[in-house]
Amino acid sequence: MSDTKTPSRLFRLWDSDIAYSFRQSPLAIISGVVALVIILAAAFAPLIAPTNPYDPSSLNLMDGFTPPMQENAFTGSTFLLGADNQGRDVLSTILYGARISLFVGFSAVIFAMVLGITAGLIAGYRGGWVDAVLMRIADVQLSFPSILIALLIFGVARGFIPPSQRETMAIWVLIVAIGLSDWVQFARVVRGATMVEKGKEYVQAARVIGVNPIRILLRHILPNVMGPVLVIGTIGLALAIIAEATLSFLGVGVPPTQPSLGTLIRIGQQYLFSGEWWILLFPAVTLLALALAVNLLGDWLRDALNPRLR
Amino acid sequence: MLAFIIRRIVQSALVMLVVALVAFALFRYVGDPISSMVGQETSLADREALRTTLGLNDPFIVQFGRFIGNAIQGDFGISYRLQQPVMELILQRLPATLELALVSGLAAFIFGVSAGVYTALNRRGFLSTGIMAVSLIGVSLPTFLIGILLIWLFAVELQWLPSFGRGDTVALPGGWTTGFLTSSGRQSLILPAITLGLFQMTLIMRLVRAEMLEVLRTDYIKFARARGLSNRTVHFGHALKNTLVPVITITGLQLGAIIAFAIITETVFQWPGVGALFINSVRAVDVPVMAAYLVLIALIFVIINLIVDLLYYVVDPRLRVERGAARH
Repeated sequence: MSDTKTPSRLFRLWDSDIAYSFRQSPLAIISGVVALVIILAAAFAPLIAPTNPYDPSSLNLMDGFTPPMQENAFTGSTFLLGADNQGRDVLSTILYGARISLFVGFSAVIFAMVLGITAGLIAGYRGGWVDAVLMRIADVQLSFPSILIALLIFGVARGFIPPSQRETMAIWVLIVAIGLSDWVQFARVVRGATMVEKGKEYVQAARVIGVNPIRILLRHILPNVMGPVLVIGTIGLALAIIAEATLSFLGVGVPPTQPSLGTLIRIGQQYLFSGEWWILLFPAVTLLALALAVNLLGDWLRDALNPRLR
Repeated sequence: MLAFIIRRIVQSALVMLVVALVAFALFRYVGDPISSMVGQETSLADREALRTTLGLNDPFIVQFGRFIGNAIQGDFGISYRLQQPVMELILQRLPATLELALVSGLAAFIFGVSAGVYTALNRRGFLSTGIMAVSLIGVSLPTFLIGILLIWLFAVELQWLPSFGRGDTVALPGGWTTGFLTSSGRQSLILPAITLGLFQMTLIMRLVRAEMLEVLRTDYIKFARARGLSNRTVHFGHALKNTLVPVITITGLQLGAIIAFAIITETVFQWPGVGALFINSVRAVDVPVMAAYLVLIALIFVIINLIVDLLYYVVDPRLRVERGAARH
């Protein structure tokens, strides 16, 4: 077939049901734009940030506590969103902070997704004692709030890591802790969907002609259970970002040398009483906008993929 | 019924055993207990002798058994950071956390149920729309941001309420300290309780609203109306009563969540509770306190879940019939 007859991939995407439902929902469009802007700004932070806040040579302590859009009385510098206690440009710290928040959020969700999908596929396809054991673990874990699980895993892991490596390992420990606290949702959904799919004819046909079970799971069943996984993944991303911010706010997350949005909020909170509101407000608003936008996107995706609501 | 109870209890005991194993592993294999006890001049032979006297050379199973035996008696050793018995530290701080959890849990339940009923009965009302919008914020705002927001508004700008601590407390017999009896104690409680309870309140409210709307559509409500019963009787006698089963279950399970989220609230408000103690212990890698908190919080959760499961079984007769039918 020549290209003139088949519509291009881009056009097929534009013409799909999902894209149509996206175009019809103003809330989804706004959330999508907000999320995209923050993600892109964070990804290209080194290019667009006015300064590199973690390069000591670019800092001037005299710039400390400069209010937004005002000229500093000593140095004459101005900052769009003000400067923090160490004279760092708040806008730049937010861009670099969002980078770390998003990195931890995405990594944790991908980790949880891989773990949950694997467990769910195996439990749903094999059944029997494997299923019973995996789902018992899931039940038990589900009865504890995930932030508590993440905190406990983080605390336990910190105990086992030698003190000299705690700083460098912290971010990875955090990703594993948040990921482990969140895999159950994926596992349950995938297990349920797998149990439905494995009874269908196409799976039986594949089995009859002797396709390797792993290939059946990955090539035949997995694509058909991805819809709900994407919904949980999107909402899970918002939860992971908030979980990271909460742990960093509590001072047990990322090390102070790599401040995320949560760390920035923790620093900002110390200046709330002395009137330097901008150090707290702008990181908090960024975190909130990001979490809310991703959450609303997840809600929209859930409705868009649900055939009953069409 | 009896088989169900026994199975649930065995399951709970198994969970506690696993948690105890993690706590023990933490206790035993993080750092060398001997190094933290003796000076640098102690010879290797002396260290080995001390190791044997303390039973650290015993088989794993024996040591684990001893750990469980001590834990059951409430002995979790001495905090590395504060040099006090761990159980004493926890018991000192437990009243603060429990009072906070109790007040915010009660407030969340009362306001959540009333707001849920109101918004379900007046779906299109102006106030209902407002409550639903606020609840969306309550769900999406992280707990610590709610706390900071409240501090900024009521402590910094309006200066109505204190921003940190527990105020003056009164010691009661039995080692319990309470903040309920002094005015500064009651004032200090307000902001943390709102922070802690807001999320649970919105959750309960949305649940009650959804359940009410569901129930109001059923046939027996139509029949109750057809019988000419007053709105009041239909709404509260028939509809609300039937929504409360899932609500009580969820509220029960949320009690555990409140105790967990108290960690965050206590940090924001510098509330002298168990959660703040735990966070400081994680930061300082104070292993005995972490292990004890792990076991304690797991115990609270397991007990709450057990009670809720059993209550559910008692309250909902369908569950009994289904299980009985599935048996044969």
